[in-house]
This record gives sequence, structure tokens and C-alpha cells, in this order.
Amino acid sequence: MQNILTSVALLALTAGMASAEGKLSIYNWFEYIPQEMLDKFAAEYDVEVTMDTFDSNEAMLAALKAGKMGQYDVAVPTDYMVAIMAGEGLLDTFSHDEIPNFANIDPKWIDVPFDPGRRHSIPYQWGTTSFSVNRDVYTGDIDTLAILFNPPPELSGKINVLDSQGEVLALASLYLGIPQCSQDREQLKALNAMLLDAKQHWASFGSDTAKDVLVSGDAAAGMIFNGFSAKARAEGANVEYAYPREGFVAWMDNAVLLKDAPNRANALNFMNFLLQPENAAALTNYAAYTSAVIGVEPFLDDAIKNSPENNPPASAPQGTFVGVCDQATQELYDAIWTNLKK
Amino acid sequence: MAGCPDIRRYPGFAAMAALCLTILYVPLAVVIAYSFNASTSLTNWGGVSLRWYADLFTGVEAPRFRAAAWNSITIATLAATASTIIAAAAAVAMVRGGRFRGKGATFALINLPLMVPEIVTAVATLIFFSTIGLMTGYLTILIAHITFCIPFAYLPIAARLEGIEETFEQAARDLYATRAQAFRLILLPLMTPGIISGFLLAFIISLDDFIITNFVKGAGMETLPTAIFGSVKQGIKPNILALSTVMLTVSILFVTLSYFVNRLGQRSRA
Amino acid sequence: MAGRAASGAAGTGYRGLTGPLLLPAWAMIGIFLLLPVLLMTVYSFLTREFRGGVDWTFSLAAYDRFLLSRGLFGDEPPVPEWTYITIFWRSIWQAGLATLICLIVGFPTAWFIATRPLHSRALWLFMITVPYWVNLLIRTVSLRFLLRDQGPLNDLLIGTGLLDSPLRIINTNLAVQLGLFYSYLPFMVLPIYAAVERYNFALSEAAADLYASRWTTLREIVLPVVRPGIIAGCILVFVPSLGAFLAPDLLGGAKTYMIGSLIEEQFKGSQGNWPFGAAVSVILMTLVLIVLMVYTRARGRAEVR
Repeated sequence: MQNILTSVALLALTAGMASAEGKLSIYNWFEYIPQEMLDKFAAEYDVEVTMDTFDSNEAMLAALKAGKMGQYDVAVPTDYMVAIMAGEGLLDTFSHDEIPNFANIDPKWIDVPFDPGRRHSIPYQWGTTSFSVNRDVYTGDIDTLAILFNPPPELSGKINVLDSQGEVLALASLYLGIPQCSQDREQLKALNAMLLDAKQHWASFGSDTAKDVLVSGDAAAGMIFNGFSAKARAEGANVEYAYPREGFVAWMDNAVLLKDAPNRANALNFMNFLLQPENAAALTNYAAYTSAVIGVEPFLDDAIKNSPENNPPASAPQGTFVGVCDQATQELYDAIWTNLKK
Repeated sequence: MAGCPDIRRYPGFAAMAALCLTILYVPLAVVIAYSFNASTSLTNWGGVSLRWYADLFTGVEAPRFRAAAWNSITIATLAATASTIIAAAAAVAMVRGGRFRGKGATFALINLPLMVPEIVTAVATLIFFSTIGLMTGYLTILIAHITFCIPFAYLPIAARLEGIEETFEQAARDLYATRAQAFRLILLPLMTPGIISGFLLAFIISLDDFIITNFVKGAGMETLPTAIFGSVKQGIKPNILALSTVMLTVSILFVTLSYFVNRLGQRSRA
Repeated sequence: MAGRAASGAAGTGYRGLTGPLLLPAWAMIGIFLLLPVLLMTVYSFLTREFRGGVDWTFSLAAYDRFLLSRGLFGDEPPVPEWTYITIFWRSIWQAGLATLICLIVGFPTAWFIATRPLHSRALWLFMITVPYWVNLLIRTVSLRFLLRDQGPLNDLLIGTGLLDSPLRIINTNLAVQLGLFYSYLPFMVLPIYAAVERYNFALSEAAADLYASRWTTLREIVLPVVRPGIIAGCILVFVPSLGAFLAPDLLGGAKTYMIGSLIEEQFKGSQGNWPFGAAVSVILMTLVLIVLMVYTRARGRAEVR
């Protein structure tokens, strides 16, 4: 037994010495990258790749602030979190010529509000958040956010809403046509009153269960991410994802370069690797959202390329990112959310 | 007493007990049944299949669950061992140490983890570790688990100890056994059933803990409950049910084994 | 009793050792629970740092927010804030009802087990504890599945003709209470079982000999004797129910905050207000300590009697 252990330890040691020109340490969402891609990168660049996962932006931020800076090279925060992390000084900057494939990014995703000019981040995947309706229950027009906030009688009491302050308040603001991070009293009062009134129509708040309640029929309509809704449809729910005319929330997860990255060069190689069309497509085929890289189409699975959830109708407006407010304004929105859930 | 069974029986109590077991087991039956579901959905039945068991060991999440299972089991083993030793020492002092100053306060302190709601313990521990800058994951989880497992190990051990007459040890001491010998040869064997149930209880509590672990785990550290929680965030898939069924089977085997070992031990002593 | 006191004087030799034997327990719980709880109390009096963390300057803002409302924009004259008191009241109410359901089902069950033949008792206890080897999250999710409008329970009720339309349980307070009840039932059964097992049935016989009915015996003789077990069970169910958030989230639809989810939001959610989360925790803990003090008083009185 002792011998086996020793030889295993020796083997591990020698293996460690043999491989790994360098290392790369990634902090990513759970189940957001296929293992084959990590293996491919490791083989191509001869680095040892390790990845830890998180399940919410806030959890990632808390972990990094609690002393994990300097351990990871790349993280994958959502849009608003990129802005927050940049504001807290957690991100390193790069110049565009450090990433040769930078030119592959769809130009409309370069000057984004959360990282103007892309100095810290590259697009990873993007998607939208609006809602889906079970077409067996309601066949009318679903082109409006009123389905969530002032629903027809068929849907009242059968609506699930994401348990996510940022996205609910952003959609509610779009419905009322007021800007995010507003400090206007009348607008905020109207937002507060509208939400309190809308709540009577809602059956539940749930993010993790957003897909399941649609599949099981517990909810006839539900706020949901587009990819999640596609999964619900694949599981047999007769749901249609809406691109409402008032607007909807767009979100984008981004690979960011962390400050004090121990392997900065490998991190940039990895970001470059992610922008290679076939790799970006592999990511999209796995996660079922949308890539922001030009030239992915030939590599995409048909089911994803043609899914109605991923292809907004031409008439649909642009998606809106969740805003990042200053502390005083954020506290007002926190109070509205607490009011809603008291 | 045997001639009058009536006083022990109340109409409806047996039915209540049956109801109680039904309530406890029906959801488990659902978990087990749906772990064999061929469909990806949790709610629609797609035929019988073992795919989720295969997925558990070979699927994309397999490495994550393997790492989490390893962390959970080592943490639970270490935490249960440490807390059982600490609790056993404390129980001997509390039950055999006679009266001493601060006994009431000590009793309250030992039971403090039971009295403080778990969410409060979680918050306090998070604040503490983040203030002293210790956020290593494994070590912080282990420390937190040892701490809150102490009363769970203490209660069965102390209960057992209270039932052991002091006369055995006194007889041994009268026969010039040293204190260590009296402990090793008399008290420890008599305490063993209490120590085993204390250890088991601490082990389960550690293995199942989510709230406190989730607050103190930091980055890159998962135990089974936090891994389950994390993957549920992406929508609940039947592989979680398969995992639960495996855990349930393992634990039933484990407890059954300890039950029979215990009985065997009792019989040999008798 | 006298004999025991005498033998105690002879001792088993652990007297001088109490300090060293207790030291590890004191140290672990003192350093890693008592000290953190005190630190948490300090945190509740500090200034909030935006998005998590604290600034080390004294502030009463957290308690002010809990107790006083100054309107949405914080510039109206302060009036009592009912938001958080409502959340507390709701949590207490839910936990209380769950405890009551646990007692109604748990007492007869514990009694039944304690009156089984000795060798089968262990098996019964084993059966009560087995479900708790499955993670609480999974158990709650499967309970949700059972209670759904189109779930097996409603299918059964409609299929047997007991009901015409599905019983709406999911996303109601009843579902939360059922979930809490299901989560903590063994914590009620085990202490009551321990108390009933030690109950001397000769007392019931004596009562029966005096022509007391079984129910009178239960009320007048049994309940007072096993009361410590019942109270312990109630506390073991009530305290964790009070801070629970899985059952309210998954079964109750998370439409309203409970104490547990309110605290969690301050640390793990987007609001990130550590001092406020600490203050809510301090208030919750104070509440629990008051309940426990009432219990120890009551128990002390019962023992004197």
C-alpha cells in the first residue's frame, strides 16, 4: 500500500514537472465551459488549466474581495459586475493588440456601457431576459411587458418572477418608460406603486426554478433567460419567449483580466482563444446562448442557430443592460425591492 | 404491567405514527423513482433509465461532484472525530467532575451552537473569518463544522455517561488501578455506544450542512450540499436525484452496519 | 442519594481534571462561536461599506433602519417602521404553526415508538432518522413536486373523487408550514421519545386503577411528566424554523422575506449591507435567547414542583 502511494505521489510529481510550461487559473460560472475546450487550450499552449466555479456574481465578488485576488487570472462576470469590479480596482487593463483575435468581436459589442472600449473584458456569451408564456393557456398578444406587470385574467396568479432585484426592477422601469438609476421622486414612487400592484398577479419569485415551473405547468408565464426558455421548450413545454416592444434586459458575461493575475500572458492567450470563431461556437453550442464573435455561424448547431429564443424578430428593440447606480440611488432601489417583498 | 397493555395504547396514535412515516418517506420515494427517469425534466416521466447514474460518474459534472464528495467526506470525518473527542472530554468533566464554579455557564456554552439559529452562526463566522483575514476554504469550513458539531456529539455521550454507575470505576480504583487505567479499561468501553452515536450524529450534521458552509467556503471550495445547490441554480436535473439516491443508499448501509455492530457488541458483552 | 453523595466524595478522580478536560470545548466554542457572535454585534454598530464589508466608524444606521421609517427618500419625519417587524412576526407565526403541527404528529409517534418492544424501538428510531440523510434541499424540492397543482397528491385526491379541482397548496403559507414541519419533524420526535421512554407506566396504571380515563391520564399524569421532552422538542423545531429559508423560498414562492432570507440577502444578495444583516441577526438571536430563558425558568419551576 505504502509503495503504491509513493509511486502515485512520484508520478503526480513528475507529471507536474513534465507538463505545464505555465499555468492558467480561471474563475467561471458553474457549467459554463465544456471540459474539452479547457483540454484543447491546455494542449495548444502547453499550460496547466485549473478552474473554480461560482453560482452568482455577488458570490464571486465577495470571494475575490475576501482575499482571492492574485489567485485567478481570468474571471467571467456579468455586465454590471464588470463595471463594479472595475470600480473597485479589481481588473487589469490590456491593449487591443495584446489579443490578436480582438478584431473578431462584433463591433456593436465593443463600446459597451459597462466597459467602454473594452479595456478589461472580452465578450463571453450574451443573452436576454424577458418572459415566456405558455401558449396552451394564453394565445393573445405577448409583445408587451404588461404580461408581467398588468397581465390578462388568464395569466393572473400564474406568473413566476425571477428572484433577482436588478432584472425585475430593470424590466419594471422599461415597462414604465423611466430610466434606470433614476433619482426622480415621481418616477420612483410610480415604480414602487406599480410593482406593489403587480405583485397580486404573481404566484412566486424563483430564479433556480424558473424553467421547472414552466415545464411542470405550475406557472403559465414566467420571467426567464432566453436560453433557459429554450430548454423549457425542449423539455416539452409549449412556451413562447417574448421580445416585448417596451424593451427587455440584455446581459453579457465577459471574460475579464484580473488585477495581479499570476499568469497574465496565459490569461491573454486564453481570451484570444475564446475569440477564435470555432471555440466561441463550441462555447455557444454548450451553453446555448449567443456568441458576440463574427464568423461563428458555420460552427453552430442548427438547433441553436435557428432557435426562436436566440433570434429576436426584426421588430424587436435593442436589449438594455442592467444599470450600475451609485450608493445613494442604489439604496432607493433596495428600499423599493424590500417594500415589494415585505 | 404486562397484564394491562391498555394504558400504553391510545386510539389513533398508531395511525399517527404510520402517517408520520408516510410523510417522511413519500418524498424520498419520489426522489428515488425520478432518479431513474430517462427524461431531462424533473417533472415529466420519460421511461426508466440509468443514464443519470452514468452521468454522475462520467458526465460533465462528475469531476466537480467527485471533488465535492471527497471534501464532504473528509471534512465530516475530521469534524466528527475532533468534535467527538472534544465532546467526550467535556462530558467526562461535566458528569464526573462533581460541582465546580461555572458549570451552568459551561453547559450553556457547550450547547450554544444549538441555541443560536444557524443563519446567525453563519453570519457571525463569516464576519469573524473575514475580519482576521482567514478565508482558506477547507480550514475555515472544518473549524466551523467542528464547533457546531460539539453539542451534537456531546448530548448522546453525556446521556450515556449519566447512566453509568461510578461504582465500577471506584472498584477499579480501590484495586489500585490508576486513573488512566480505570478510564481505559472501565469507563471508555462503557461510554463507547454513546461515543458512536455522538460521532454518527456529528457526521450527519456536518455532511448535510449547507447554510454555514455556504457562508464560509470562499472560492473554489465545494462540499456536496453546496455543489448540489450550485447545480440547482442551473435548473434541477435528475442527476441530483441520482446523487441523492446514492448518498441515501450509502448512509443506510452505514447506519445499518453500525446498528448491527452495536448489537453484536451488546450481545458479546451480555 | 446519600450513598451517591458519599461515593462522589470518594470520586472517580476527574475532579482536578475538569479544567483541562473542558479546555478544548471552551476554546473551540469560545473562539469560533462566542467571539464571532460578539464581533457580529460590534459589526451591527458600524457603518456600511457599499456592496459588502464595513467601515470601522460607529453608527446606529442599521438599527435605525430596522425601527424607524423615514419614507422612501429618507427625508420624512420618522415613524415606526413596520416592514421588518412584519417580517419577524410572519416568521414567528410560521415557525410557531410548524412547531404545533410537529407536536400534533410527533407526540403520538414518539409515544407509539416508546411503547414498542425494546428490540424494535431502535429500528423505529432508525426509520425516523433515515430520511435526514438526504440533503434538505433535495427533500424540499421533492416535497414541492408532490404538492404541485398537477402533482401526485392532487392527482390522487382528484382520482379518488375526493376533490373536483386541485388543492392549491404550493406558494401558500400552508406549504411553508408543511415544509418546515417536514424539515424538522425528527427533532420533535426524538426528545419526546426520550422522555416517554423514561416515563414510569406504573403511574398510568395507578390512574387507571382509580378509574381515570385514558385521556384524563394523558392530560393529568403523562403530559406534566414528559413536559421537558415536549418543550425541548418544540425548541429544537422552533429555533431552526425561525431562521429557515429553503422551505419559504421553494414552497412559499419567496414572495415575502422571512428572517433567514432577509439576513442572507444582506450578505449574499445584491443589497450587500453587512451592518444591517448583523443587526437583524442580533435581534433574531436576542429573541431566541428570550424564548430559551423563559424555557429554563419554566423548566426550573417544573423541577421544583
